[in-house]
Order: sequence, then structure tokens, then C-alpha cells
Amino acid sequence: MTSTRGATYFALALLAPALIYILAIVAYPLFDTIVLSFTNAAMRPAYDFVGWANYERIFGAGNFTEVIIRTFVWTFFSVSMKMVIGMFGAVLLNAAIPGQALFRILTMPPWIVPMAIGIFMWGWMYNGQFGMISGLLQNFGILSGPFPFLAYGNTAFWATIVTDVWIGVPMVTIYFLAAMQSIPKDLYEAAWTDGAGRFYRFRRITLPMMVPAILTMSLLSLISTFNSFDIIWILTQGGPSGSTTTMIIDTYKTAIGSYRYGEGAARAVVICIFVSLFCVVYFRAVRKLAQGEAK
Amino acid sequence: MIDRYRWYELVGLYAGIALFMVFVLAPFVEGFMVSLKPLSQLFSTPYNFIPQNGSFTAYFTMWTTVEGLGRYIFNSLFISAIVTLAVIAIVVPAAYAFARFQFTGSGLLLGGFLAVNMFSGAVLLIPLYRLMRAMGLLNSYWAMIVPGIAFLIPSSIWLLRTYMARIPRELDEAAWVDGASRLYTLRRVILPLAMPGVVVVAIMTFIGAYAQQFIFALTFNSRQEFMPLPVGLFAFFGRQEVLWNELMAASFVGILPVMIVIVFLQRYLVAGLTAGAVKQ
Repeated sequence: MTSTRGATYFALALLAPALIYILAIVAYPLFDTIVLSFTNAAMRPAYDFVGWANYERIFGAGNFTEVIIRTFVWTFFSVSMKMVIGMFGAVLLNAAIPGQALFRILTMPPWIVPMAIGIFMWGWMYNGQFGMISGLLQNFGILSGPFPFLAYGNTAFWATIVTDVWIGVPMVTIYFLAAMQSIPKDLYEAAWTDGAGRFYRFRRITLPMMVPAILTMSLLSLISTFNSFDIIWILTQGGPSGSTTTMIIDTYKTAIGSYRYGEGAARAVVICIFVSLFCVVYFRAVRKLAQGEAK
Repeated sequence: MIDRYRWYELVGLYAGIALFMVFVLAPFVEGFMVSLKPLSQLFSTPYNFIPQNGSFTAYFTMWTTVEGLGRYIFNSLFISAIVTLAVIAIVVPAAYAFARFQFTGSGLLLGGFLAVNMFSGAVLLIPLYRLMRAMGLLNSYWAMIVPGIAFLIPSSIWLLRTYMARIPRELDEAAWVDGASRLYTLRRVILPLAMPGVVVVAIMTFIGAYAQQFIFALTFNSRQEFMPLPVGLFAFFGRQEVLWNELMAASFVGILPVMIVIVFLQRYLVAGLTAGAVKQ
């Protein structure tokens, strides 16, 4: 297609609404966050620049480092469980067996249903007095009395992770399934004629061929998990005693809960820096992979 | 398929699928069971999975217990519908531009849109709150619609762009040779052909808009009359004595519109999703 100047103007005109919208509602707020992080902005309209004071304050208190570590641990377990269970699901749904189409559709609900509603249902299942999990464990004699999963720091931490995994698994599964189906069939046939077993073929063909898909999905899932808000807020609001307070929850509590916009913005900037770092690492990995293939 | 499954492999596969399905569907099945149980049965031990003398009573009583439930459901649907229409209007021309025109910086721009996905609404909540306040949009439908649109644009552009790129360029060129203007070509030649892709993007946007109605609504709106279902139910959920059976019933009614959309357009959705996922 001719790339005349007229064509370029036409393309830019088509892009203008999207571009302007994103600049106004995403780029400008991002810029505003950085500016705010150097101010003592709060409820009142006027505020002053305070230099690095916000950053000094949040890193000075030991609490914030703890929150960062907790966020990473939370994210690590959630993302790795999503990848493992998603791969497990994709392998199962890829098998040519009766009922395949139905099982694929039944995988989707946690992804499609409004997130908050799925979380309410988990809230009930975790309910200490009468919830399903506590109830079943009692019926089977594993627990002797009711156990409120969200009332203790340790179990609340894992309970929020399980719910996050539950919401993320369908998307990972469907994505892995699509990637699995795009692997050339003749690779499997050749391996099969050579007498390679099912597990061997999975390990030596499927898994290596899916490295790009696994990388992409882990990054996407890493970012969404890192920024996960609804699950924790609905189930525990960061409690009990801070055991589920991740960076995003901490930022929300500081800025929206206590109206300390400047300090909240500094926290948000730290989150953005981490997320950008993930992306840089990811693009490096992808480039390395592409070079490896070229050789 | 090259080799057939032996019987024990089949047993293993079905057992694995059963386990996977239990994990995925347990909350819904349990939620539905709860919605059928009378309250007295919910709060009694030992725990029973299957409701005894279950009924749909909660589905009728909830309308009075959860004050404003009908309003919440309407608000959710209304917000999602407006967001979807706006996203489609913005994204169709943009996706076409990316699918057909290469100009200086077009790759960078496309990457830039992708980067927007990195910044969730939760990170930008403070400046967005200030922005909404400055524009006087707090406590209105716009407080949820305006930021909602922004975070659904990028992925929609990517999805629709791959779809449009597969429509042969010869069609555009033939239309130009016949003297059609570029805009006319987009409207009358490409858009009808891209319709299945547009439908997929619209469904995804609708679902996304319905799902994201928590944090923006929680922060930018405190008026009950504009509250979407998730936040409305959350307020109910947070009370001391929760009528769980009615909450679950309300949740199922809230899911219903999404489910109806999926059931009717499921064929488009699966085809569009797999195409979008593989070809990136």
C-alpha cells in the first residue's frame, strides 16, 4: 500500500480519538502521580513540593519494605500456581476425548463472571462458622471445630492467593491450549514413529515449543497479580493485622483511606517502577529467545 | 490423533478433568446451593452440601432485603453498555489504522497502547480521583464510565487489529480503484467483513466493563442511585448479619446477563479468542 503523506494523515486521524483518550486518562494521570509523589498533597486543595520526603518516609519505616516482600511472595506463589494449574488444564482439555468441547466451556466461568461476584462466593466458602471448606473438613473429621480462614494472618494470606489463582486459571488454560494447538502435528508424529512415549513427547516437544507462550502469560499474569486489588479488598481489606496488605492495598489505604495523596503517589510510583522492570526483563528474554531461534 | 488412549489413560484423564472442574466450578455450585437453602439450614451443623427442602424463596425475598438491588443491576448493565459502545467507536478506526497503515512511529505507538495495560486503574487511582473531581464527574455514572473506557481500549485495539489484518488488502485497493474514499472503504467494505471480530471485541469489552466496576465505583461514587451491582452487594456483604442465601441469589441474578450474552454469542467468542491468542 502506498505510504503517501495523505495516507499517514488519514491513519493519524483514525487514531486520534484513541490516542487523545489514553493521553488524558492514562498518560496524564501517570505524570500527575510522579509529580504528586514529590508533594504533601492531601484533602485540602493547596500543597507544596517536599522533595524526596515521601520516599524517605516510606522507606524509612520498616513497614513498607515488609509490604514489598509480602507482595512479591504473594505474587510469586499466585503466578506459579496459575502456570502449573493452567498447564495441567490445557493438557487435559487438549486430549481428544468425548466431552472435550463441553469441558472447555465449563472452564470459563471464573474468568467471565464479574470478579467481585466470584469473590463473594469464595467469601462464603471461607466463612468460619458455616462455610463449605470448614464444614467439609469438619464432616470428614479433619477439623474438630469451625475454622475461620480469613481471621488468621497465615490462612488469610493463602486463602487470598487461592482465590486469585482461581480467577486467573481459565485465561491461562485457554491461552496455553491455543498455543498447544498451534504446535505442528508432524513433530509429534515423527517422535511417535521413533517410539517416544506420551510424557517424553510432552517434555521434549510441547514444553519447549511453549516457552514463548509461557513467558508471555507469566508476564501478563505477573502484572495483573501484582496489581490485584478486588480479591484482597473484598475478602480481608488487607487484614488481619496487615497479613494480606500488598503494595496496591497499602497504596489504596494511604491515599484513598487516609487522604495522604502525596505519600500514596510515592507508593504508586514504586509499583510502576517494579512493573516497568518486569517488562524490561520480559522483553530481554523474548529477544534472547528470538536470537536463539535464528542461530 | 496418532495413538489411542489406553483405558487407564482415559481413566486418568477424566479423573484429572473432574479434579480441574471441581476447582473451577465449586464456588458456583456451592453458591447456587446456598441460594436455595433456607437461612436456618445455612447456620446449622453439620454442614450439608445439598439443600434440604430447598426453594427459590431467596430469589423473591432478596428484592426487598437488598435495598436497591434492581437499581444496581440496571446501573451495571447501563454502565457496561455505554462503555462498550464508546470503546467500539474509538477502537474500530484505530485498529484499522494499525492494520493497514505503516508510518513513522506506528510500531512504537502500538507498543505504547500495549504498555497502558501495565498500569492498572488501581495504581492511577489518586490522580484519576483528582481528575474526576476537577471535571465534576464524581458521584455520577461518568465517574465509572470515563476511566472504565480507557483501560479497555488497548487490548481491544490489539485484538481487532489482528482480526482486520487478515482481511485481504486487495479489497481496500479494489474499492479505491472504483473511486471510493478511504473512509467509505472502511465503513462499507472493511467493517462488514470485520463484524465477527467487532462482536468478539464488544463481548470482551462488555464482560470487562461489568467486571471492572469495583474499584472505580468504590472510590469515585458514593451515591446509591449510581452504584453498580458489585459495590452495591459489597455494602450488603460488609454488614454484620449477612443473609448469605439472598446475597448468593442476588449474585446469580447479577451473573445472568453476562451468561445470556455468552450463550448466544459463544461460537463467535471461542473462534475469535483462539485466533487472537495464537496470532500475536
